[in-house]
Amino acid sequence: MKALHNLVEKKVKPHFEKGGRLEKFYRSFEAFETFLFVSGNVTKRGSHIRDAIDMKRTMFHVIIALIPVLLFGMWNVGSQHYQAIGLEVDFFDKFVFGLIKVVPLIIVSYASGLAVEFIFASIRDHEVNEGFLVTGMLIPLIIPVTTPLWMVAVATVFAVIIGKEVFGGTGMNILNPALLARAFLFFAYPAHLSGDDVWIYTNLQEGQQLIDGFSGATPLAVLATGNMQSLPSAMEMFIGTIPGSVGETSTVAILLGALILVATGVGSLRIMLSVLAGGVFMGLLFNLFAVNEFMTIPPYHHLIMGGFAFGAVYMATDPVSASQTGTGKYIYGFLIGVITLLIRVVNPAYPEGMMLAILFMNVFAPLIDHYVVGANIKRRLGRLKNLQVKMDSE
Amino acid sequence: MSQNNNNTQKEALFSPKNQKLLSNPLGKDNPISVQVLGICSVLAITVQLQTSLVMAISVVAVMGFANVIISLLRKTIPPRIRIIVQLTVIASLVILVDQVLKAYVYDVSRQLSVFVGLIITNCIIMGRLEAFALNNKPWPSFLDGIGNAAGYGWVLLTVGFFRELFGSGTLMGYQVIPNAVYEMGYENNGFMILPPMALITVGVIIWVQRHKDRSLVDVS
Repeated sequence: MKALHNLVEKKVKPHFEKGGRLEKFYRSFEAFETFLFVSGNVTKRGSHIRDAIDMKRTMFHVIIALIPVLLFGMWNVGSQHYQAIGLEVDFFDKFVFGLIKVVPLIIVSYASGLAVEFIFASIRDHEVNEGFLVTGMLIPLIIPVTTPLWMVAVATVFAVIIGKEVFGGTGMNILNPALLARAFLFFAYPAHLSGDDVWIYTNLQEGQQLIDGFSGATPLAVLATGNMQSLPSAMEMFIGTIPGSVGETSTVAILLGALILVATGVGSLRIMLSVLAGGVFMGLLFNLFAVNEFMTIPPYHHLIMGGFAFGAVYMATDPVSASQTGTGKYIYGFLIGVITLLIRVVNPAYPEGMMLAILFMNVFAPLIDHYVVGANIKRRLGRLKNLQVKMDSE
Repeated sequence: MSQNNNNTQKEALFSPKNQKLLSNPLGKDNPISVQVLGICSVLAITVQLQTSLVMAISVVAVMGFANVIISLLRKTIPPRIRIIVQLTVIASLVILVDQVLKAYVYDVSRQLSVFVGLIITNCIIMGRLEAFALNNKPWPSFLDGIGNAAGYGWVLLTVGFFRELFGSGTLMGYQVIPNAVYEMGYENNGFMILPPMALITVGVIIWVQRHKDRSLVDVS
C-alpha cells in the first residue's frame, strides 16, 4: 500500500497538478485517487465533526444495498427466459444467462454517465461527483432487460445533463436522475418500455420456441386487463419470480437492501414506511369502493407488485430529491404511496405509477419543506410569545 | 430606448441606432431566450420545421405591419383605449395572414389550425406595440417589429429543426436520416414530439446563449 501511495504521489500526481502535462485532467485523476486513498484535504478552520464517511463511502453503502437486488435480478432474467422457452436448466445456467444480459446494461450506463460527469468536472473545475455511482447502478435495475443499449446511453446522458448538471451537479438536482432516465426512455421509446413483450428476453435461437400460452405480461398489466385468473400467486410476487424490470421484481431482495440502508443510516426509514402506509391506505380505500376487479385486490398485493417496493426503498429515499424535514418526509412518502396506486388503478394509460409518483413528489418536496419549516417557525414564535406574556404577568 | 419625437434633424435609414433596433432582439434582447415571452407558441407549433417556418414568417409580417400602423396612429389613439385599438389592428392583420395561408399553403394552415389565430395573443407583439410603437416613428417601429419577430423566428426554427430531426427523422417533411440507420436499430425519439421537449430545447438554447454572453447572467 505504501509503495503504491509513493508511486502515485511521486510519479503520477505531478503530471496532473498545475503546470503538469495533463493539468486538464486533474479532476479525473483526483476522482480515482480518492478511490484508492483517503483524501488529503483537511478542513482549514472552525470545528467539525470528524467522520470517515464522505459522499463516496455513503454511495458505496447504497451500492452494497443494491447487490441482493442485482443478483436476484440476474437470476430472474435467466429464469424467466428459460421458462418462456420451456427449458429446464439448473440455477447456475439461469444466473449466467442473466449475467450476460444485465452486465452490458450496467457497463453502458456507467460509461456514458461517467463520461458526462468527467467532462463537466473538467470544464467547471469541480470534483467528480460520486452521486453517479448509485444512479449508474439504478438505471439498469429499473429498465426491462431487452432495452437496446444505445437507448440506455442516450437516456443516461440526458438524465445526467438535463437532470443534474444544469442545476449545478450532485446535490442540486430537483428530480431523481435515475428515474428521469427511465421517464425519458418511457416517453421517448414507449414500445421498449411498456407492453407485454419487453420484460422477458425472448430473442430465440434456432430450434427454440416459446411455450404455448406464453404472455410475458407483468402482474400489473394482467390486472389492468382484468384477467384475475392468470395473476401469479402472492408468494411468487413476494419472492420475485415474475416478469418485470431487472431489479424490481423481488420484494425479498429489496427488503434485504432496505435492511442494509436503514442499518447504515443511509436510507430514511420514515420515507420507506410512509410510502408503505400511503399505499396501504389507498389500497384499503379502493377496497371500500371496489367498483371494478382491480380495486378489490388486497392492499398488500400492491406492495409486492411492480416497482412499488423498489421505488419506496431505493428511489423515494434519495436524500437529494426527497423532503429534508422530518414531518415533510412523512407527507412526501405518504403521497407517493397514494399517487402510485391512483395511477395504477384509475389511469388506464399507465399500468405502473411508481415512477411518475416519485418524480411528481420530487417536484413538490421543496414546497412541502417550505411549509413544514414555516409551520415550525410559527409554532416556536407562538411559544415565545406565550413565554413573554407569562413573564410580563409575573 | 431614447425617444426622438422632437428630433427634427433627419436621420439615416440605417443609422447605428436603427441597426441596433434590428440586431438587439436577435441576440441579447431576444424575446424568447432573454425575455421569455411567447413560449406557448414555441411549445405548440415546433414539432415540424415547416410549421415553425410558416409561423415565423407570419409573425414577422404581423409584427412589422402592426408596429407601423400603431406608430402612425400613435398620436390619435386615446391612451385609455389603446389596448383595444392595438388588439383590433393585430387581429385584422392576423386574419389577413390566415387568409393568405389558407389560399397558398393550405396543408400547413390546417396543421397550424388555431395557432395562427392565437398570434393575436402572442405577448411579444402586444409588448412591442406598448413598449415601442406607441412612442416612436414608423420607420424605427418597423425595424423594431421585424427585429423582434426575427428573434422569435430563429428560436422557433432552431427548436423546430431539432424536434423534427430527432422526433420524426425528417426535415421540412423530407426524410434525412437514412433507412440504413433505422435498420441498425435507431428509432425516432417520441419524447421530442411531446411539448416538454420543446421547453427543454428552449432551455438548452438559453443555456448556450448565456454561456457565450456572460452579461446576460443575472444571478452571480
